[in-house]
Amino acid sequence: MEHAAPPAWVMLAYLISGVFFILALRGLSSPATSQRGNRFGMAGMLIAVVTTLVTHDVASLPEILGAIAIGGGIGWVTARKIAMTDMPQLVAAFHSLVGMAAVLVAAAAFLNPEAFGINGADGLINPVSRVEMGLGIAIGAITFSGSVIAFLKLAGKMSGAPILLPLRHVINLGTLAAILGLIAYFTIDQSPWIFWTITALAFLIGFLLIIPIGGADMPVVVSMLNSYSGWAAAAMGFTLHNTAMIITGALVGSSGAILSYIMCKAMNRSFISVIAGGFGAEAAATGGAAKEQRPWKRGSAEDAAYMMQQAESVIIVPGYGMAVAQAQHILREMADVLKKQGVSVKYAIHPVAGRMPGHMNVLLAEAQVPYDEVFELEDINSEFAQTDVAFIIGANDVVNPAAKTDKTSPIYGMPVFDVDKAKTVFFIKRSMGGVGYAGVDNDVFYMDQTMMLLADAKKMCEDIVKALGSGH
Amino acid sequence: MNACWRDGGIMDFISILSIFVMACFVGYYVVWSVTPALHTPLMAVTNAISSVIVVGALIASAAAGSPTAKWLGLIAVALASVNIFGGFAVTARMLAMYKKKER
Repeated sequence: MEHAAPPAWVMLAYLISGVFFILALRGLSSPATSQRGNRFGMAGMLIAVVTTLVTHDVASLPEILGAIAIGGGIGWVTARKIAMTDMPQLVAAFHSLVGMAAVLVAAAAFLNPEAFGINGADGLINPVSRVEMGLGIAIGAITFSGSVIAFLKLAGKMSGAPILLPLRHVINLGTLAAILGLIAYFTIDQSPWIFWTITALAFLIGFLLIIPIGGADMPVVVSMLNSYSGWAAAAMGFTLHNTAMIITGALVGSSGAILSYIMCKAMNRSFISVIAGGFGAEAAATGGAAKEQRPWKRGSAEDAAYMMQQAESVIIVPGYGMAVAQAQHILREMADVLKKQGVSVKYAIHPVAGRMPGHMNVLLAEAQVPYDEVFELEDINSEFAQTDVAFIIGANDVVNPAAKTDKTSPIYGMPVFDVDKAKTVFFIKRSMGGVGYAGVDNDVFYMDQTMMLLADAKKMCEDIVKALGSGH
Repeated sequence: MNACWRDGGIMDFISILSIFVMACFVGYYVVWSVTPALHTPLMAVTNAISSVIVVGALIASAAAGSPTAKWLGLIAVALASVNIFGGFAVTARMLAMYKKKER
């Protein structure tokens, strides 16, 4: 049975929807245009949904509207309530839903190929469509189970430590080969057992791929799963000959791939080594090693307040520890007071400062830090040499000069802030005991111009704000 | 052979493949132009738009023929809707927080 081509306006509608999705991403090139971009995205989705509904014989409209209402309600309430610090796990959870939806759509297409117009004249599913369905369900299932594990690790419901199975590389490669082999065989024989075996193996491999990856690599994993969810949508777009789905799949797939690349580069990790997993296991092992005792200076809130008031320029380097201590609001107040006193204040953000790409920028935006005071690593790094005060709060590895000098360091090669070039460095830390995510000591602690502010980040910022006020 | 390879079926596939390849290039350049400050909203919104897979879910749930396929479709519609509404709403919420310096 041959699939009748849909009317021209339908194809155009899906094309417009796809173009609107491109404009949605295009809008994100600047915060000023981003909200309009988001509205383009919503409009594109509306066009796609309405076009599908009016061109298909929808006997079950009430059920469909019910499903949209239930799902939409859950999504909307979650989006309203979620804390910005929990964004990585929310995104991981959302990825898992896209993955599961792709699996369900591919399964439905397999069970009812006629509805999708993918049957050949012989009454069997077209071989090309079988490949597309096989890929769609496999990528969807990998996205689902991988995202579930990523969600559990990010939400702290499962240990972030890598779980290393013996022979895991052999098992993983074997499973992947089996999936690809079965998809190839599926073009010859469309027996249900093949289809369901592909599905089961894909769920398994998604799980196996993510459990050996440590918490530190989660920004890469979340980006990678973002990419997978796009490829899953694209594969289903091929099955349905739907332009909107294909364009979207390509956009999302590229987006996730580029973000993974940016994150890997920011950590000086190769993509292969992230996928292979195990990072964090060796760091945990070396983290407990004996540390040499070197002299360091302890500063007080008053010292910090005084030095920053005297300074012309201050660069704040926030890390995830700041968000854990919920210090971003009081930090912004501190910056406001300094700015009122004529000090230039800038924020320097490392790509891996948060738990996902751009996470720190969102956390600062939430604390009402103007985005034009926030700078990326490569844009601000040369300024430290002319800066009076570098104020490090909740960051550690991203300011560690060992990344530039010590070839044996686990973070060697990672781009870091040149805070050691600033005239004075204030380093907020809970205690001298703990070390960063990578478990390495930091020479910045022991520099002549460094003063350690040993306290909870929020408490310390509050004290500095008080000291700034009283000194006036 | 079969239907797909006859009647210009292969041409259909090639034209769709062309759209896909072009869209990959568009995606590459558009995503590199996204400012790093907005990478988290980028992930949230790509999440929302990848739920365009709801189109397939709607087709499955609208079609007669297989009750199982219909129910799978309805579940997929619900899951994709979580993402569509949640993804766009959370993106809008984040973007609204980005403010310029008051002068």
